[in-house]
Amino acid sequence: MRVLNASGCLDALTAPEVARALDVFVTKTVTPLPREGNAAPRIAEVDHGMLNSIGLANPGIDHFLSQALPRLAELGVPIWVSVGGFATSEYADLCDRLDDRPEVAAIELNVSCPNVDDVPASVGEIVAAARDATRKLLYTKLSPATTDVAEVARAAQAAGTDGLSLVNTILGLALDERTLKPRLSRAVGGLSGPGLKPIALAAVYDCYAATGLPIVGMGGIAAGRDALEFVAAGAADIALGTTLFSDPGSVTRIRAELANEVVTRGVGAVDNAIGVAHAGATAISESSQPVAPVSV
Amino acid sequence: MMAERERSQIVAVETIGPYTLLRVRRGFLDPGIPGQFFMLEAPGRPLPRPMSVCLAPPGELGFLIDPIGAGTRALCALQPGDELSLLGPLGNGYDLEVERPLLVGGGIGIAPLPFLSKALGHPPAILGFRSDRHAEAAELVPNAEVVVEPRFVTEAMPPGHDVLACGPEAMLAAVARLEPGAQLAWEAPMACGYGACYGCAVEIGGELKRLCVEGPVLAAEAVAA
Repeated sequence: MRVLNASGCLDALTAPEVARALDVFVTKTVTPLPREGNAAPRIAEVDHGMLNSIGLANPGIDHFLSQALPRLAELGVPIWVSVGGFATSEYADLCDRLDDRPEVAAIELNVSCPNVDDVPASVGEIVAAARDATRKLLYTKLSPATTDVAEVARAAQAAGTDGLSLVNTILGLALDERTLKPRLSRAVGGLSGPGLKPIALAAVYDCYAATGLPIVGMGGIAAGRDALEFVAAGAADIALGTTLFSDPGSVTRIRAELANEVVTRGVGAVDNAIGVAHAGATAISESSQPVAPVSV
Repeated sequence: MMAERERSQIVAVETIGPYTLLRVRRGFLDPGIPGQFFMLEAPGRPLPRPMSVCLAPPGELGFLIDPIGAGTRALCALQPGDELSLLGPLGNGYDLEVERPLLVGGGIGIAPLPFLSKALGHPPAILGFRSDRHAEAAELVPNAEVVVEPRFVTEAMPPGHDVLACGPEAMLAAVARLEPGAQLAWEAPMACGYGACYGCAVEIGGELKRLCVEGPVLAAEAVAA
């Protein structure tokens, strides 16, 4: 199991020591043209997490390829590039531009940013166009804000995605306690942190059952126990987002906590726990001693 | 990011007017340059809070906090012996190579000025507050002239100084108009303090940039509209 950062939750060039602790660094989403992002205020804390409305601020693919990517490659950590567009052809173009860059280990299709107005085409179309444009490993990052995320996951699988990143944030609203006006400039923003965890777990659980694809699970992971739950729901890898903001050392901490969980439960290795939450899988008990597997 | 994160014990909690001065054991943390800040874990809240260093006596770091929201109220409710995590020092502080320093602060914006005053040998200061009770915090800054609303600091600023200021946006904008060469410490909501969240974007030199990376101390010219 690898520990990644959630896209947009770490600038590896500003905090390289944090990025080097990761197994994979995922870039902030790159779009065809530079984007300044949304006006301030862009973030607001809520009781069980935070809202953000950054708006895909990034320097655009030209600048990314010429300036940022060569410097990111010097970190010595595999680089996944998150890409976002506003039309199917834009995703295809971005993937095409990245396809011959050896620094890029994988491409993550961000088809689910909640903070931009333009709604792109269907997930299946985007993945199919991206698949045609690149031989790179392709992950598709989905939104939990849909009636049936497993159906979207199946469409992405049919169109050729190699894996799924689950989940992106889900829209929320926070009001100023005094004025009762929205605290973010765009009113609503993406909810992340502990409040997102049960929603994300459900998406991982459903998509694992529906597709069997490799899944990067994310959404409110703040401790090793959270990470293990995502693995049990079906995640092969996990990503950290909001917890990196409060604790830049959380990559190392959570990895150690997870190792401790595995020892305590007698699982042997984290990968042995992938999907154990599902019916028919072998259950794992919490115990100071390894326990005999129990068939369900 | 050349910052450290450490878990430290609260040494003392002092009330100064409506504010709270939180004194924390310094441990191995470097207090940094005046104007730099730390992210303080806010007990029970998802995100830490950015606080500039107010005092840095041997073995301690002091933070002046105005309990105006859930996080700052949680910080002000801490008791001696409690522990919290601190990350810092972060951001860019004041340039201390100035010939005729004048410190200008408003309200809770005086927070970095006691540390700055000490570093500069206690230069003159002008501090503005909304009430006499808030003005009790002026005791932290030696050689300070205090103005209370409806008077404003800009009415009391003598010309011909190198101004180093911190305070509410309207005050900083007014100071910038009077003294385009001033160094101004700004504030913005931050989730991380080290460039990861992109939440603290402000317009700098005509572009949206991260205040935690570029600031929080900026040249007045850089932010003048």
